[in-house]
Amino acid sequence: MLRIVKYVLYDILQNRIVIGYTLFLLAVSLGLFNLSGDPTKGLVSLLNVVLIVTPLVSIVFATIHFYNAAEFIELLAAQPIRRSLIVWSTFFGLAVAMTLAVLIGIGIPVALYAPNATGLTLVIVAAALSVAFVSIALLAAVLTRDKAKGIGAALLLWFYFALLYDALVLFLMFSFADYPLEKAMLAFISLNPIDLARVVVLLQMDISALMGYTGALFREFLGTGWGIGFAVVVLLLWVFVPISVAVRVFRRKDL
Amino acid sequence: MLESTHLSKSFGKLKALDRLSIRMEAGQAVSLVGPNGSGKTTFLKCLLGLVIPDSGDLTLNGQTILGRWDYRQQIGYMPQIGRYPDNMRVGQVFDMVREIRRDTFHRLDDDLMRAFEVGKFAHKTMRTLSGGTRQKVNACLAFLFDPDVLVLDEPTAGLDPVASEILKEKVLAEKARGKLVLVTSHILSDLEELTTDVMYLIEGQLQFYQSIEQLKSRTGEDKLNRALAQVMKQNATNR
Repeated sequence: MLRIVKYVLYDILQNRIVIGYTLFLLAVSLGLFNLSGDPTKGLVSLLNVVLIVTPLVSIVFATIHFYNAAEFIELLAAQPIRRSLIVWSTFFGLAVAMTLAVLIGIGIPVALYAPNATGLTLVIVAAALSVAFVSIALLAAVLTRDKAKGIGAALLLWFYFALLYDALVLFLMFSFADYPLEKAMLAFISLNPIDLARVVVLLQMDISALMGYTGALFREFLGTGWGIGFAVVVLLLWVFVPISVAVRVFRRKDL
Repeated sequence: MLESTHLSKSFGKLKALDRLSIRMEAGQAVSLVGPNGSGKTTFLKCLLGLVIPDSGDLTLNGQTILGRWDYRQQIGYMPQIGRYPDNMRVGQVFDMVREIRRDTFHRLDDDLMRAFEVGKFAHKTMRTLSGGTRQKVNACLAFLFDPDVLVLDEPTAGLDPVASEILKEKVLAEKARGKLVLVTSHILSDLEELTTDVMYLIEGQLQFYQSIEQLKSRTGEDKLNRALAQVMKQNATNR
């Protein structure tokens, strides 16, 4: 598989969009740290940017890349290799490229201005989030034949996870405010990788008190080693479940 | 060598292949002819494993190819449009495919690479190549691993006359060496030069499968295009 990943990666890393994206992250991170003199404040601002931008770029770029590579994928599929190998190679190529962009664009500024556990958590979470959205993107792309529909689906998914989901959860909380919803909230958060990422970083920042009673509950559950372990496992599920389904679908797909 | 039994494939309501049964032997060169949408490409794609048939079987040297991938080491495929990653250089495309097939080929055949002087544009990126040059890359890749079966989809489209002649000579040479060659083309004179047999499809069904000589004597024409026109007319009146 490495033989193919190597070439996929080589192609992506030369792509102007990936280079531009890395520089954009770098500029935003440096700017936010310089604007807010306090590194913790800088991290909070950066967190908000990261939670919106990295999923968006990852999901849209991965989808477009997959459609643009359609003929190339067809050519690979006519070679004596397994179909699943093609999807896995594309996934790893994209995942490595997006992770590198995060490591350079966010990792370097964080290492300079906020070299602590919270900073490290933010970088890891941003990378994991990028990979999870590459995974979701490939699933959407494999399921839709039409390029315009596929990119539309990718944007809708991002919109859902980044904006709509929170609104729905808020609505639920508001409607059922009389009931104890704390346990249910834990489940709701696991169902959205962006929420999960946000909570993990905020807990690291020790400002969970700001999140009220539910925050305290998360602190109790997610703040301990067990909770962090739970968050990591769920994020990993968000990475591997969509791509595994995508591989399964692609094996039976007509090219 | 290649045998298809009751091979069927539908896309929604459209029957692209309808219980197609055919048998081809090594040393044959078969033209796939038929109107647009008659199932030619679908048949080739089934053979390449790009399309998965609904029912029926397709065997190569007696072994089914459905659900398998290793048989593809015996196949060389020249696609109609070959698009490669934009930033990849020509040399890298060859390196990559060679690496992919590293363990499975016995002999490298770089005749075409030398004839097309691939070395001269090996450093260029795929994005900057003209359509014809890209076709040359496709052709070289199809023949590079000395495969037993050659699948050529519109091989001469986009090639300049010199390159086209080089390619045709190569096809004839490989046929003489006992390869099975499958060609689709809208240029009937090319098919007449290259192939020995015609497989005529309409709406996924095999209308006839016979040698070009038989076809000519049956219709009393001495050119393939006239003979085919005659057959098409007969088909139209029979309906």
